[in-house]
Amino acid sequence: MHRDLVSLIVNLVRELDGRPGTTIPEELDAGTPLFGRDGFLDSLGLVTLVVGVEQAIEDSFSMRVGLADERAMSQTRSPYRTIGSLAEYAGRLIAAELSDA
Amino acid sequence: MLSPVTLITGTRKGIGRFLAEHYVRQGHRVVGCSRAEIDWTLDGYTHYVADVADEKAVRGLLADVRRKYDRLDHVINNAGVASMNHSLLTPVSTVHHVLDTNVVGTFLVSREAAKLMQNHRYGRIVNFTTLAVPLKLAGEAVYVASKAAVLSLTQVLARELVELGITVNAVGPGPVDTDLIRAVPKEKIERLVAQQAVRRIGTFEDIANVVDFFLKPESSFITGQCLFLGGV
Repeated sequence: MHRDLVSLIVNLVRELDGRPGTTIPEELDAGTPLFGRDGFLDSLGLVTLVVGVEQAIEDSFSMRVGLADERAMSQTRSPYRTIGSLAEYAGRLIAAELSDA
Repeated sequence: MLSPVTLITGTRKGIGRFLAEHYVRQGHRVVGCSRAEIDWTLDGYTHYVADVADEKAVRGLLADVRRKYDRLDHVINNAGVASMNHSLLTPVSTVHHVLDTNVVGTFLVSREAAKLMQNHRYGRIVNFTTLAVPLKLAGEAVYVASKAAVLSLTQVLARELVELGITVNAVGPGPVDTDLIRAVPKEKIERLVAQQAVRRIGTFEDIANVVDFFLKPESSFITGQCLFLGGV
């Protein structure tokens, strides 16, 4: 699941290529910083990516999860820090959704 | 070009129902919701039973709109509840209920709608506030506070969503002949109308006129604005 989510996010990040002011690193993996000090996304890029991930999860897993999180701006605890942390966060929400079902 | 998709909350009766019929007549594909089932149907209109303050229900509604239409052009956050009561007689359960529907509901629907609108970098959101906000109407503390919050929400969302091609504006009607004011004494309504420059009760058409204006594609330079009716 984690690997699927990482590749789903990597694909969505690639789709952001060409956004004004966004330079996508050539190598993308779980450790790639997304947002914050070392990240390459501005807040609008992050919003676009997170919404894209929500919609892709809905399409791929037939599951509705909200990836909104109040720790978004935290340098240390934000689930949007890296591709891996976002995948992990999404995975946790999917697992919670599955256990509720 | 495909006809626009318009989501209107609180369509079971009153202004919401009127706006649903109004936009169906204009050729929009209209989606509406209310907490209870409706007792009317209309070609071109799809109804959902959903409480706007229920995050899961709102997410489900917008997910369905995405699945069905793959776009959303307009949202009219009409759903609202009022509380006409002296603050000292208002139970906290009423406070939560009014804030949940008016503020949380407007926020949730706007948030989920904007996610869908941003896919096409286009959207129009129209919120409902009230003339009672600038008039600081006594006897409606919680309702007025909730609608003042809707006004602030409108102004901040307008700035946050502008880069996504979405405008956010508000309309602030005075008394209109709906269930919302039916319990208010006639003298109180008359006193309220007397404070307007145009001294008459508002109509559904007055409101639709303002919403039409905010929804126009040509209104892309208008965001974060509130248009109070009646000249206050």
